[in-house]
Amino acid sequence: MTSKEHSGGGSQLEELNGFTNPGLVEHVPRLSDGDPKADRVAERQVAAWFIASMIGTIWFIVSYFLFVPGESMSSIRLHNTSVGLGAALAMFSLGAGAVLWAKNLMSDHEGIDERHDISGSEEDQAVALEILHQAKEESGIARRPLLRNTLIAALAIAPLPAVLVFRDLGPLPGDMMFHTLWDKGVRLIRDPGGIPSADSERPIKAEDVTIGSAYHVLPSGIGADDGPDRPINEKAKAAVLLMRINPNELKEDPARKDWSHDGIVAYSKICTHVGCPVALYEHQTHHLLCPCHQSTFDVTEHCKVIFGPAKRPLPQLPITVDSEGYLVAQSDFAEPVGPTFWEINHP
Amino acid sequence: MSTTTQPTTTVGKAATFVESRVGASVLVREFGRKIFPAHWSFMLGEVALYSFVIVVLSGTFLTFFFHPAMGELHYEGPWVPLRGVEISEAYNSTLAISFEVRGGLFIRQMHHWGALLFVAALSIHMLRVFFTGAFRRPRELNWVVGVLLVMMGMAAGFTGYSLPDDLLSGNGLRIIDGILKSLPLVGTYISFFLFGGEFPGIDIVSRLYTLHIMIVPALLIALIGVHLVFVVVHKHTQYPGAGNTEKNVVGEPVMPTFAAKGGGFFFLIFGLLSFISALFTINPIWNYGPYDPSPVSAGTQPDWYIGWADGFLRIVPGWLEFYIAGWPISLNINSAVIIMGGVFGAMFIYPFFESWLLKDKREHHILDRPRNNPTRTAIGVAGIVFYCNMWAAASGDIVAVFFQMSLNDMIYIFRALFFLGPILAYFITKRMCLGLQRKDREIALHGRETAQIIRLPHGEFLERHEALPPHKLWKLTAFESPIYTPAEPNAEGKITGLEKFRARLSRFFFEDRVAPVSKHELEASHHEHDSAEGGGHKEIGY
Repeated sequence: MTSKEHSGGGSQLEELNGFTNPGLVEHVPRLSDGDPKADRVAERQVAAWFIASMIGTIWFIVSYFLFVPGESMSSIRLHNTSVGLGAALAMFSLGAGAVLWAKNLMSDHEGIDERHDISGSEEDQAVALEILHQAKEESGIARRPLLRNTLIAALAIAPLPAVLVFRDLGPLPGDMMFHTLWDKGVRLIRDPGGIPSADSERPIKAEDVTIGSAYHVLPSGIGADDGPDRPINEKAKAAVLLMRINPNELKEDPARKDWSHDGIVAYSKICTHVGCPVALYEHQTHHLLCPCHQSTFDVTEHCKVIFGPAKRPLPQLPITVDSEGYLVAQSDFAEPVGPTFWEINHP
Repeated sequence: MSTTTQPTTTVGKAATFVESRVGASVLVREFGRKIFPAHWSFMLGEVALYSFVIVVLSGTFLTFFFHPAMGELHYEGPWVPLRGVEISEAYNSTLAISFEVRGGLFIRQMHHWGALLFVAALSIHMLRVFFTGAFRRPRELNWVVGVLLVMMGMAAGFTGYSLPDDLLSGNGLRIIDGILKSLPLVGTYISFFLFGGEFPGIDIVSRLYTLHIMIVPALLIALIGVHLVFVVVHKHTQYPGAGNTEKNVVGEPVMPTFAAKGGGFFFLIFGLLSFISALFTINPIWNYGPYDPSPVSAGTQPDWYIGWADGFLRIVPGWLEFYIAGWPISLNINSAVIIMGGVFGAMFIYPFFESWLLKDKREHHILDRPRNNPTRTAIGVAGIVFYCNMWAAASGDIVAVFFQMSLNDMIYIFRALFFLGPILAYFITKRMCLGLQRKDREIALHGRETAQIIRLPHGEFLERHEALPPHKLWKLTAFESPIYTPAEPNAEGKITGLEKFRARLSRFFFEDRVAPVSKHELEASHHEHDSAEGGGHKEIGY
């Protein structure tokens, strides 16, 4: 193709704002187009990339067997880096070679396609209409409203069973959201991470909780053999934070005065926003901060929300001490823990 | 097929075999020399396509080793810190992929990096299409398909993020559980059905796995197929330029140039992702530990494309939750769903909105330079600012620590910018576009500054301007500037309320405009120079 051909190209040039489209700019030949030496250089360059790609592939295969990942992190890193760089060289060089081939050696003359109407020709449209009309006539769908309407009704309800069979995806909530493992007399034990078995439980004595300290707490029996089927589901509701604050810093509601023990207070750890664990306790300010969305709760005022997207205070676990001096719950939480849900006030 | 020539070579025989059974010559004839315009911005969609292919390939490999189950076992693998810890099968098999399967960590990292690149490329491709007006008729439906692709890309990412059952992914799921539970009326039920009972249960990983490796990718592949068929049907758009018209496509043929460049580009992306996956750790689940509902690490971040939703959840104040006779309306959480729905809804309708607003039902195959449609560009930038503010808010805690600012002040700033940011961005961008258009006008009317100072006989100094070559002049003048169209009566002679509203919007959006230079103006300007400058003018080109 010569540049004269494309500037015309058979396409309509356009006029806009009084100017006429000047047509394609004259084609400028590349260095490799006229000079056989430059052409040869470009060719060798492409071949070099393809050879580099082969080296990369071989490098991958060799390091796959040579640097086997073992127990140490460094052996894993060496394996990953080595096979990865082999793959990177193999793939990138293949691409670089192909692109350079296209850019430097394949024809770079502009081609021109004409655009055509996206709609079919009038004849196409007429024939299509005729076919549709014929189909309508032959099926009788317009003449037989009884068939048409019963078909539509049948199709409309046919998917219902397909929806219904999903019913058993899960049980109905029932009262599950309103109860946790906490109950009268259940000891507070330390949360070691995971689920502690019954014989590894470490209950907490009130005297061990010094002012300013905070404990991550679970209910005793969560990992016992006769305990819950899915302890992790229970942990997701029953996790508690225990803190001791100078009693005269606590601004307690008279009705909840006996829910704490000598400045020791226990609150649900599950954020009332969307359920993240409210894990950050600021000792100086007695604020609890949720690391997910930064809801902030004031421990001295029954964990009311003082900042952030949560609305409800963290539920308080009423606690006391048993005869041996261990901290125990007085009862379950008085309200559901965790995120707000529709039935929250209608158990 | 006709057998006028008997093939003699092996390739020829193979081609004849295929041709007589498939009829491939029709395809080659139709598509072999199909023209694709070349421009760097047209490769953004290719980046998305190729990274998707790489994600499918690497993901398929991972399925052979991953166990999508939540049964508990004690870890006995090579990673010492977790030895003996009770973990789920999903987490265990992800650790095995990372540490015991040779090349497994590399491919896992490539899958994750590739997914991040996929959504990033989708997003930037979408911005390119928006700012150049490539969504206009006849491509509105392909724009809609594109929006669906972005949504599915996010869904694919999120379902995959949750599979390894590590601490981070579990907390992500917990947030999803909280968002679902907050939905009025049905929330608790949806949560129980998704998780197979109470959170976290034992079903969620295998359910997400089905979504992640079958349903979402199937939808993605189907949508990508439709997207590409549309590209073929519509032919590609092209930028304004000399020789490019509404009736043609100027570029390079599929075979061989475009195919070589495109195929090569696939391997370049593959190589780039390999390089990143070889050297940069992503999602080191072995550091996070198995999911446990009680601990959480501070400064956690979702994958980048979920950030805007997470950031929005952080800046909404809690007082938006209220109760009607004890039934909660958790607007502090539901609003995130509403905002996401609103953003995607706005993207779906934008092409139809713009066509209605401008009363422009014509086909457009020549793209707009963003400055030549100041209103659209300003709306787009306002959208970017809106998005990025929420996105930044998802890292508000980290930003606050980095700049040693109060976290609360950071959130107040994000809240203010939620409203002010897009408005400021709109007006600033619009003014910038109008300014750039005025600059273009100057250059078109008076030519290029040459930096050659001329002293005229009477002592005056002038800078010589040089007339633009025709193709440059065409680029600066050949565009249509959207204009305020007043309300017009309909067929019954009535001006409807909707039409009045349209006219009011049209005035707001398009009253301020810079008209393109017309030939007439250019000639008048030359004439003016001629008469005003007297003797020296002949040397001063325009």
